[in-house]
Amino acid sequence: MADAPVFSPARQKVIRDALGIAIASGAYALSFGAIATTSGLSLLQTVSLSLLMFTGASQFALVGIIGSGGSVWAGAATAALLGTRNALYGVRLSSLLKVSGLRRFGAAQFVIDETTAMAIARDDENVGRFAFWATGLLLFAFWNLGTLIGALATNALPDPKVLGLDAAPPAAYLALLAPRLRAREPLAIALAAGLVALICIPFVPAGIPLLIVAGLVVLYGLFGKSA
Amino acid sequence: MIWAGLLVASAACYGLKLAGLSLPPRWLQDARIQRTVPLLPVALLAALIATQTFSSGQHLVLDVRAAALGVAVIAVLLRAPFLVVIVSAAATAALLRLL
Repeated sequence: MADAPVFSPARQKVIRDALGIAIASGAYALSFGAIATTSGLSLLQTVSLSLLMFTGASQFALVGIIGSGGSVWAGAATAALLGTRNALYGVRLSSLLKVSGLRRFGAAQFVIDETTAMAIARDDENVGRFAFWATGLLLFAFWNLGTLIGALATNALPDPKVLGLDAAPPAAYLALLAPRLRAREPLAIALAAGLVALICIPFVPAGIPLLIVAGLVVLYGLFGKSA
Repeated sequence: MIWAGLLVASAACYGLKLAGLSLPPRWLQDARIQRTVPLLPVALLAALIATQTFSSGQHLVLDVRAAALGVAVIAVLLRAPFLVVIVSAAATAALLRLL
């Protein structure tokens, strides 16, 4: 008789799905490593960002702003503002994960879009917890490996701008934005935000239009009429 | 200077994740917060696209980056994978510069 499998069928499916997400993210991290290097970050700075920040949109925004001549502090503020959604994911995950002590400090780094989507809405809470950790660990491994390979490959080029990589950050933002535009309100907000940012450009230093847009959308969210 | 910004931003992003797991849930379950926070990435990503495509410093410009963005829009509408979107935009800019 064969040995019982290590993982139940439900958990095997979680691992397959998590691996698919992790491999796709690894490809996305390749482009992050390449774009960060083209923006002027050193190899150590690039891989440190993926290890320490580990949230894609914030990382792309920070290196994109540095690469386009904005101040690193405008980039840091924008990265933090983009990271606010992870706090809401943490709220949704806290009752499921029930982590305390040191495990909570480890779990926190994995609180991102993909792990939240994989963990919540499972019939079995144990499978949900397993999905969080499996997705988090696999994604962390592939994200950092992809970043390292992308940065090493780009560092080896005499002039990465020849590949047009300096023009690539807006494409990365667009790919991250598109799935969020499935309703009329976010689409209207996106168009308005782009327009306001363009209007601000001649009047304030690079990077500041983003903070103006963030301030306006917070005012709209807090005090505007709810849809 | 870059290192300081990277470390502060990383600490802030980690702190936000940890806060979500640690704070009493009702603090962040306020309806206005739940409504506002998801709007931030939408507005900021759109503003990032606009500024990094159509400006250079404090000047509005129209150059090969606009064409690169146009190609990226088509790739996204065709539901291309992330890496294809990036590579097609970069290749568009690179090829137009060769002309």
